[in-house]
Amino acid sequence: MCAVCGCGQARIAGAHGHEHEHEHEHRQDRELEHRHGHDHDHRHHHDHAHAPDGALDYGAGLAGVHAPGLSQQRIVRIERDILSKNDAFARENRAAFARDRIFALNFVSSPGSGKTSLLVKTIEALKSRLEVSVIEGDQQTSNDAERIRATGARAIQINTGKGCHLDAHMVGHAAQTLAPAPGSVLFIENVGNLVCPAAFDLGEAHKIVVLSVTEGEDKPIKYPDMFAAADLMLLNKSDLLPHLDFDVGACLAHALRVNPRLQTLTVSARTGEGLAAFVAWIEASAARLGAGAKAPA
Amino acid sequence: MHEMSLTESVVEIAVDAARRNGAGRVSRIWVEVGALSHVEPEALAFCFEAVAAGTLAQGARLEIERIAGSGWCLDCETTVPLAERFGACPKCGRFRVRMTAGDEMRIREMEID
Repeated sequence: MCAVCGCGQARIAGAHGHEHEHEHEHRQDRELEHRHGHDHDHRHHHDHAHAPDGALDYGAGLAGVHAPGLSQQRIVRIERDILSKNDAFARENRAAFARDRIFALNFVSSPGSGKTSLLVKTIEALKSRLEVSVIEGDQQTSNDAERIRATGARAIQINTGKGCHLDAHMVGHAAQTLAPAPGSVLFIENVGNLVCPAAFDLGEAHKIVVLSVTEGEDKPIKYPDMFAAADLMLLNKSDLLPHLDFDVGACLAHALRVNPRLQTLTVSARTGEGLAAFVAWIEASAARLGAGAKAPA
Repeated sequence: MHEMSLTESVVEIAVDAARRNGAGRVSRIWVEVGALSHVEPEALAFCFEAVAAGTLAQGARLEIERIAGSGWCLDCETTVPLAERFGACPKCGRFRVRMTAGDEMRIREMEID
């Protein structure tokens, strides 16, 4: 079992078993041109032989200096970010996406904000011009992936089991199985959770936070990490605004307080309001990244 | 509960480093957790024992050092203490504070036998 993400718990629907050895060999083959720039730690998490990664051994002589009374023990300096493993996988994903000009978006929100409906509508608006595929993250069921597939887009479901977020390792496996076409758009729908997914880089180009107007305008300051990590906020379910006391201006002000560079769009998956602007945002951003237009059928 | 994944990362990084150093076991691990970071130290400590079981780090003590939050206030042009992420400057009350410390989630060092 891989201890990075506990992927003994995560299940990729449609993937046959979980052959780590194989999948990682495969990944290395695809990664030839990227062998140099990395610290390589992410390739070595399956008990391979290791080269020292710069960990300094202060040795027995210094043990007493560091922690008095510990004569038999040694202190080993590590100095690594706790998230360094995830970040290494994320870098690998990002490099793979860049190589294939895949424009990856990581959708995050609390449960019930309407992410999947929004994705379905967005795919329908985009699919004549851009190829879209989707990685769906949920604790259980493949309902969301089925809803996406009904649009004709390809989708793969990751069930995280007890996990509260997708991590870069799971997404790397899912992306290999899904194999998005070069020049296409990849939507990653994260587990509905406004806290944990903020910390986990998946290798995406942008995090997009979806907030629905039924949730309260102070969400951005109650859960600031997610709004700080996102590049775009979609304020969804705008069709319900006439029935609510939701103050759009206050909500945007809260969001901009935690992230002054956040872009915002007000949308409704139900009526289609604002979707044209969102689709234009995707196309412009994808074009900037070099993701190409769909080849004529 | 993303602390579970973070704890798994801590244990894995420590066990990797322990193996490289030919250690028989890990007895203590020092981690630095910023007061403004994504980690709840109590949850980290809670998860650690379970995650470390059956590894070289089984039974190790997890020493969690809190690092206070601070930031640079663009208006006061000075470093100020920050009690919460994206909080206001305690001097001027405005929110133009850029976090400079308190975001840490690092494994600093460990003791091996």
